[in-house]
Amino acid sequence: MKQSTFSLARLLVLVSLAVVLALFYAIWTHSTDPGNLSIIFLTALLVAVFFSDARKMPALTPRKVFYSLAYILFLIKEIIKSNFDVARRVIQPVMPINPGIVPVKTKLKSPIGRMILANSITLTPGTLTVDVRGDHFYIHWIDVTDGDEQGATQAIVSGFEKYLEVIFG
Amino acid sequence: MEGYRVAGSLIALTGSLFLFLGALGVWRMPDVYNRMQTGTKSTTLGSILTLFGLGVYQPEWMGQMLILMLFIAVTNPISSHALARAAHHTGVPLTQKSVMDELEEDVPLPTERVLEETLSEGEEQ
Repeated sequence: MKQSTFSLARLLVLVSLAVVLALFYAIWTHSTDPGNLSIIFLTALLVAVFFSDARKMPALTPRKVFYSLAYILFLIKEIIKSNFDVARRVIQPVMPINPGIVPVKTKLKSPIGRMILANSITLTPGTLTVDVRGDHFYIHWIDVTDGDEQGATQAIVSGFEKYLEVIFG
Repeated sequence: MEGYRVAGSLIALTGSLFLFLGALGVWRMPDVYNRMQTGTKSTTLGSILTLFGLGVYQPEWMGQMLILMLFIAVTNPISSHALARAAHHTGVPLTQKSVMDELEEDVPLPTERVLEETLSEGEEQ
């Protein structure tokens, strides 16, 4: 056995994965009985041990957990803000739209980090990731304020990237 | 009527207002991409708020509602991205109002060239 198999970091990742799985199951089934819950947790732990790949998992550090929570709050704030923005555009008699597809550049390297970035951009109304080619995302933007690559990157991506760089960096 | 019921109803009502604005946007917007902006994504907040309102109205459902909101947040962008990408690759044009389309100026993907060749072969026959 390799030494890394039993490291504390791996154990932490496994246990937190099992907790999340067990929580999902417990919420769906409304389980509150302690005996029931412990069986759910043991099963979840078994699933986590057999089906997780520790090499592909980012190591859990308090800093990353904190940034993940901050990222979720930031994303909710952005979604609410831009929903109001798009709603305002829809109800005006002459719709103030200025649409176009702009390229932006991402600094993120990890595939899952990029996926989360592209999905966050799409989830935020007003911007929609149309394609990904290499380092560049092509984004349909409902109000192009800056067609320049750097300006668009600054306006759309950098807010999300600040958090994702720490989480997946 | 208890306070939380009123609050839950109001939240769900706000959600349906966003859903209505999304539908209005689908009708008013000039092209596929802009319609997608409102049609698939103003509904993000709309459906999330409606589910959250249900959770407040019926507190024992809140756990399930939170999971449903998570599923919507995870799956919604994937479907809108796939639709937009397919539309652009099959050559659905942007509206005249559009300022720019950087993607068109770039080299087409191999699959696009294959599609073009297949189409031109079909014309020859």
